[in-house]
Amino acid sequence: MPIQYYIILSLALFCIGIVGVLVRRNVIIVFMCVELMLNAVNLLLVAFSKMHHGIAVVNDKATTVGTDAQLFVFFIMVVAAAEVSVGLAIIVMMYRNTHSVDVNFLNRLKN
Amino acid sequence: MNAIILSALLGVVMMFSSILTENRTIIRNIAIAGLLILLIGNLLNTYTVYSFNIDSHNMLRFDKFGLFFNSIAIASTLLYAILSGSDVVKVGNYPAESFALIFFALCGVAILSSYNTLLMLFLGIEIMSIPLYILTGSDKKNLKSNEASLKYFLMGCFSTGILLMGITLLYGASGNFNIESVHSTSNAVTTSYNYGILAPLGLILIFISMCFKVSAAPFHFWTPDVYDGAPSVFTSFMATIVKAAGFIAFIKLFSIRMADLGPSSSIILSTIIIATLLVGNITAVFQQSVKRMLAYSSIAQAGFMLFALYGNNDLSSEGILLYSAAYSIATIGIFAILIKMKDYTFDGYNGLAKKQPLVAAANTVFLLSLAGIPLTAGFFAKYYMLASALKSNGHAVLWLVIVAVLFAAVSVYYYFRVIQAMYFKEGEAETTEISSKFKAGLVVMAILIILIGINPSFLLNWFYF
Repeated sequence: MPIQYYIILSLALFCIGIVGVLVRRNVIIVFMCVELMLNAVNLLLVAFSKMHHGIAVVNDKATTVGTDAQLFVFFIMVVAAAEVSVGLAIIVMMYRNTHSVDVNFLNRLKN
Repeated sequence: MNAIILSALLGVVMMFSSILTENRTIIRNIAIAGLLILLIGNLLNTYTVYSFNIDSHNMLRFDKFGLFFNSIAIASTLLYAILSGSDVVKVGNYPAESFALIFFALCGVAILSSYNTLLMLFLGIEIMSIPLYILTGSDKKNLKSNEASLKYFLMGCFSTGILLMGITLLYGASGNFNIESVHSTSNAVTTSYNYGILAPLGLILIFISMCFKVSAAPFHFWTPDVYDGAPSVFTSFMATIVKAAGFIAFIKLFSIRMADLGPSSSIILSTIIIATLLVGNITAVFQQSVKRMLAYSSIAQAGFMLFALYGNNDLSSEGILLYSAAYSIATIGIFAILIKMKDYTFDGYNGLAKKQPLVAAANTVFLLSLAGIPLTAGFFAKYYMLASALKSNGHAVLWLVIVAVLFAAVSVYYYFRVIQAMYFKEGEAETTEISSKFKAGLVVMAILIILIGINPSFLLNWFYF
């Protein structure tokens, strides 16, 4: 399958994520949209990794080109997990104080 | 490598120290000792006496610039811990954890000053930011702190997503994560598919996300709320060391890759500089709270730091080091005094000079330095920034430099409002108890600022040794 399809799919997912972050009011949904952005990136990284590997393997059978992107994906997953643990803790902390998970609540900080 | 390993280890040590002792003074002293160890470790590395020898496969590269910046960041944190350490341990129920998180953030700073691949850039930014989300929300019962931490967290994640997409597109174009634009795999195939658009697009996304991190103008909107809502002690840390580290990372990448953005790169950059200066300075004028004013002033200072990108020569790398030192010391001092005030508005400072003459005098020196008055460190910091832009671009950027100087004049207005309140207004400035040790620390910092202001080579000679 040509790489363009992957690029278009990933960018579409990424844009859905961005729009979700900007439009949705529920913190949990916003949070899921951020995760969607990260996963779009993961998908694209793996696709590029296969593409570069496929190009390089023609000349050199034992090449390791492309493996670094797949490693990167693992790092993104680990960091995303760390972010989730901190983020959900923050959301729970906010919920305990306000009994709501609405982003509109954030506007109170503005004087 | 010393700074990265030691700061991570010391973070763990701080976490365990909370098991052994509940005494807040002891915890603070452990943290100060740890920062001293960290500083010595980094200096040993700088002067190539001893460093942990770990092969990072060229993912990290330790040059003098980065190591010297580490020293500045750690020394600023040390000053911060000495001055405000007793306030850090007051926030929240578990004082040792705050310091542990500060050490982890310093680990991220050390990675950001030495990264050589985009993977390390991403990891450095995350290691630095995640502790900060927690520190921002560490005042759990306070609604403002909750809001600030949630907002900071969402903005941070969002910009990280953009950064990652940028890195991925760059990878698609070049086939590796180097910060230099080297095409590792067969160029012929990549060019035959015509993916030329991917690299500039990726760079623009990375540029946007770095602007988020350093709060440059169109992407600054989270800064005032977050800085205002976070507990003041941690705002001090966020606005100084973390912000400077963000700039080091920004400059490290874009001093190499700026040209790849194409011929319009200088237009983009000058637009962002002007917008940042405009928003920061003009909005700061209308603030009633000193803390919020400082948040906007940090945006305005970011505008000046962006000149280092514009200059992109030896003078600018000296300048950014000088700027981060001058700005960090002055802002840490101002925040340390702000924490002691009962009322954060300008009126809260009324008559401080009569009650606490020494504190008021030190505060004046810090404010003068931020405004960029000669004989203080802030003057030379601004001078180096503007001079570097003129040096590499000549008269083409003269107009931009003039605009920057005009905005520096605007900034004098809101900094002097604090001085005016302290010296020329009647009132009873209420402060919490101010110890003589605290005053001594303030005096040392004021002297440092004046020393650097009289002779910047006092600091910069260390850079060349």
